[in-house]
Amino acid sequence: MRVVIIGCGRVGSVLANRLDEADHQVVVLDRNQHAFRRLSEKFKGERIVGNGLVEEYVRPLLQEKTDILFVMTDKDNINLMIAQRAKRNVQVDRVIAEVHDSILAGLYKELGVETVCPTDLVVRDLLQVIGER
Amino acid sequence: MYIIIVGAGKVGYHLGGLLMAQGHEVMLIEENRSKVDTLSLEFHESIMLGDGSAVEVLKEAGANRADVIVAATGNDEDNLVICQVAKLVFLRPRTIARVNNPRNEELFAGLGVDASVSATKIINAMIQEQVKAGDMMIPLLTLKAGNVEIVEVELSRSSHIVKKKIKDLALPPGSIFIAVFRGEEVIIPYGETEFQPEDKVIALVKRTSEQALREML
Repeated sequence: MRVVIIGCGRVGSVLANRLDEADHQVVVLDRNQHAFRRLSEKFKGERIVGNGLVEEYVRPLLQEKTDILFVMTDKDNINLMIAQRAKRNVQVDRVIAEVHDSILAGLYKELGVETVCPTDLVVRDLLQVIGER
Repeated sequence: MYIIIVGAGKVGYHLGGLLMAQGHEVMLIEENRSKVDTLSLEFHESIMLGDGSAVEVLKEAGANRADVIVAATGNDEDNLVICQVAKLVFLRPRTIARVNNPRNEELFAGLGVDASVSATKIINAMIQEQVKAGDMMIPLLTLKAGNVEIVEVELSRSSHIVKKKIKDLALPPGSIFIAVFRGEEVIIPYGETEFQPEDKVIALVKRTSEQALREML
């Protein structure tokens, strides 16, 4: 698979490392060069410095057929805007956005944006841990 | 009308003040506490603290009975989400977004924002209009009670006289070029002088010929 990840933070970097280890073709974009320190030394993918909100940085990354674009910056609204713009790109098969606000994550699913909500996932895990499900 | 404005920066603040002065009911939502404290002296109950893209904050502001919701923050991503959330969750607000980067205007329209306003684009259009109208002609000196003027014009790339020699121009009667500033150089023009873009041209012109000269440049 060819995977593009926007935002090399805690989640984005671990995801990038894992997908790279599994021999997928990975491209990571972050506006801060230092963010790439989070990537493993063995990481074979591309590291690109650029602001994901600026179309000029994102478009070249999505010119090639892309199986999944993950939008994983730490700001919900930024992720939602980038994701909605990328969904209009025919080269991208699937767009997944990280949205921390549980209500927002649900709302955008209604709008057809695939969202993953870390808050919901942690809560679900915690409830499981204490046997509450 | 009841109008909710998210973002109490320069745009939101002045818009809110104007709308209130026109008798509308206004609620400003601002996430910076010190800004809210300062502005509450002026806006009293019409300003509240909070993240305007959060559903519960909009609900508290009474978004369900709002006629219009204006997203006026300095961040396009916030303005987009504010308008989309307002449309999805609440009953009938018309949504208007401030677009900081004019390139986002088209994206916003495609994503269900009712109207977007780009200050950059508006100002740009106005300047273009002014340039086209030749209004960049700056009066330097007025003589004979305003009947004769010395004016300065910077030639744009699209000016009609660029790449042309003075002897080939039909200069309006009652006007004459007296100097051309090209970078550091000062040229006293004559028939063979050819104009270049960005030349600053100084002309002496009778009031009655001013419009004709403007049109020629």
